[in-house]
Amino acid sequence: MAMQSNDVIVTGGFDAPVFDAQSVFRALMDAMARPGTVQAIAPRASAPAPLGSVAAALALTLCDADTPVWLDSASTQDGAVARWLGFHAGAPVTDDPAAAAFALIGDGASLGSFDRFARGTQDYPDRSAALIVQVPDLTDGPALTLTGPGIKHSATLAPSGLPARFATLWADNHALFPRGIDMVLAAPGAVAALPRTTRIAITEN
Amino acid sequence: MTMQPTDLATYNFAYLDEQTKRMIRRAILKAIAIPGYQVPFASREMPMPYGWGTGGVQVTASIIGPDDTLKVIDQGADDTTNAVSIRAFFAKVAEVSTTTSTADATIIQTRHRIPEEKLGEGQILVYQVPIPEPLRFLEPRETETRKMHALEDYGLMHVKLYEDIARNGHIATTYAYPVKIEGRYVMDPSPTPKFDNPKMDQSEALQLFGAGREKRIYAVPPYTSVVSLDFEDYPFEVNRFDQPCALCGAEGVYLDEVVLDDRGGRMFVCSDTDHCEKRRAAGHKGTMAGGEIGQ
Repeated sequence: MAMQSNDVIVTGGFDAPVFDAQSVFRALMDAMARPGTVQAIAPRASAPAPLGSVAAALALTLCDADTPVWLDSASTQDGAVARWLGFHAGAPVTDDPAAAAFALIGDGASLGSFDRFARGTQDYPDRSAALIVQVPDLTDGPALTLTGPGIKHSATLAPSGLPARFATLWADNHALFPRGIDMVLAAPGAVAALPRTTRIAITEN
Repeated sequence: MTMQPTDLATYNFAYLDEQTKRMIRRAILKAIAIPGYQVPFASREMPMPYGWGTGGVQVTASIIGPDDTLKVIDQGADDTTNAVSIRAFFAKVAEVSTTTSTADATIIQTRHRIPEEKLGEGQILVYQVPIPEPLRFLEPRETETRKMHALEDYGLMHVKLYEDIARNGHIATTYAYPVKIEGRYVMDPSPTPKFDNPKMDQSEALQLFGAGREKRIYAVPPYTSVVSLDFEDYPFEVNRFDQPCALCGAEGVYLDEVVLDDRGGRMFVCSDTDHCEKRRAAGHKGTMAGGEIGQ
């Protein structure tokens, strides 16, 4: 059992770390610069459950020894995700959400208030957490109408698997600008992002 | 990947090590999420002096990939020292293809101009920034300027523009003209001529700014409001030129003055060399195109 568990830990990193990280970052940067767009990310990394390949690739692209990572309860279960992150990225896992530079949310439905995460200060709004949230897909959920920087008029994103009160949580976050958290939605094969500048309205569909 | 491992034996792809790239990439994401806010980053020593575009080079090195096509301009020109050497730098350390054609580039690193040709969604403009803090010459203390940004207290900048009017009868600031991003942060557009400010507003391209010596990265996402500061009775105006480009006849573009002799001879030509060359290739002719300067 122990051997099998270690196999899961030491495998699944990028095959070509330099080029994989660059290509994942460009997809993420485009997603962040153009909220509402869905950017494809080919499978490049695999991590222990519940982390999917996109969340795994994002973690390897962004996290290292300088970035404490907080894991939600879905991701902490057997400690495998934490050990995988430690082995491949050298990133420390923290159980204090306020100290985390990144939060990996394995189950988007469990998303609670953002209050517990660092949201920066008025002087240094960049000292805030980014949440990487796994969702089943980005097109089949309730339609969210997005406006704000990066969006020409308005954009629509329909992520599944977020809590019903997500729009309220997000409105509270947006109201803090320039403070606030930024969110990356990781779905199978694709990524979308919600920077703190984005305003969300729920569309009837 | 056409890269041969032996070709880059002494450098990582795009010169910077991966941990540095991750640090810069995280700063870029924060900069995009907080448009106009200057994100501090741990700027590295580069194999060129501060002042030669180390901030822009670090941003470009952190985003560039093997599929990119890079264009570098210096005051609008593709053929001046800074542009040529930075283009050669990336051709060497990243083996990317380079171009002088604005439309063909996916990443354009610029020193102090925005190309005349409208940029599109697939393009990223990377500015080299000397002094990122628009309030720095008004208030030298970082602790104070940071507080002013935090409190959105930009009265000092308006006083500066007012004093321009009081002394000169008009706003005399012609470059590094302060802009307000999305109604919040006042930002230095880097020392671009104010002629280029309107191009930043609602741009389709992502705009990234890197200041190497001052260790700041900031950004303007696409489709973001960029408003040049002004007064109701003294509205913002761009520079106007009384004559078209002497080589290609273009009007409504930014012109450089070229001194021709020591008897007052001069000509005005496009600062954007790619734009000028394309127009001449298309048959446009200015007043001096067929004469003593043109072929």
